[in-house]
Amino acid sequence: MTSEHDHPHPHQPDLDDQPFEYHQVMAEAVGELLIEKGVISADDLRRTVELIDSKSPAEGARLVARAWCDGDFKTRVLADVNVAAAELGIDAGGIPIRAVENTAKVHNVICCTLCSCYPRLLLGLPPDWYKARAYRSRVVREPRAVLAEFGLVLPADVEVRVHDSTADLRYLVLPRRPDGSDALSEEELQALVTRDCMIGTAVPQVARG
Amino acid sequence: MASHEHQGRGHHDMGGLAAGPIQRAEHDPAPWEKRVDALLRLLSAPERRIMTVDELRRGIEALGPGAYDQMSYYQRWMASIANNLLEKGVITVDELGHKMAEVEARWQLNAQR
Repeated sequence: MTSEHDHPHPHQPDLDDQPFEYHQVMAEAVGELLIEKGVISADDLRRTVELIDSKSPAEGARLVARAWCDGDFKTRVLADVNVAAAELGIDAGGIPIRAVENTAKVHNVICCTLCSCYPRLLLGLPPDWYKARAYRSRVVREPRAVLAEFGLVLPADVEVRVHDSTADLRYLVLPRRPDGSDALSEEELQALVTRDCMIGTAVPQVARG
Repeated sequence: MASHEHQGRGHHDMGGLAAGPIQRAEHDPAPWEKRVDALLRLLSAPERRIMTVDELRRGIEALGPGAYDQMSYYQRWMASIANNLLEKGVITVDELGHKMAEVEARWQLNAQR
């Protein structure tokens, strides 16, 4: 029994008929080899997994709610997301992220047709559908039909803009502050900004009543 | 989908092609998937620069249409990372084979306990 084996076993219950899936074994083996060779340390690996776990759409929501409450900050977000995020103590990484702003007449949605580029440091890991064939293929050709599948039906006079991310430039949708949210605190506003609102497959909703 | 739509494109280059409905079911990443993600982040970090995100993608695209569609997302990543490390001589085929056998034997033993 080695010391790095104090974590839960990486195989999943639904894979029990093939308990040691080839690529899972490979992931363990490559990690151990890189550690043995001193390319990375066990501590590097543990801390990086913890970093991945620590990132969620809450980071992006904090940025959006601040932009809604502070017009000057919004201007800085639209100028440079990475720099603006740093003001809030959020490390948005070294790859440029461009904010695309929803208005009454423009709705933005993001995708990565070639792979899975995504503002991971602001939103966490992308959802499965974002990385899958159906979304990647169709959202650039028939965005309204795709958005309707997510339950978002936009008026015909709203222009839909689709932004295709790359390894060198990612996008973040800056949703429009919903009507009826004037009395909400910045913290309450953050709760309205879901992951899908920042992908563009949803818009923020104020709870009624 | 019509094959003429694919002319002049790589298999991964699917923007604008016809496809079925969006499958919206999501799963939380498994520990091994996060490990793969972490390996790429560490290997591509500025202090190492052993491989880039573009090299990851090239490796995934080189898997070919069959493997691309049959493998899961992080299976594709893992295959590409391993191939990149082998190409660059960071690890050898022998080392990888032996280590995988060792890991599998260890897991087998633990599963029997």
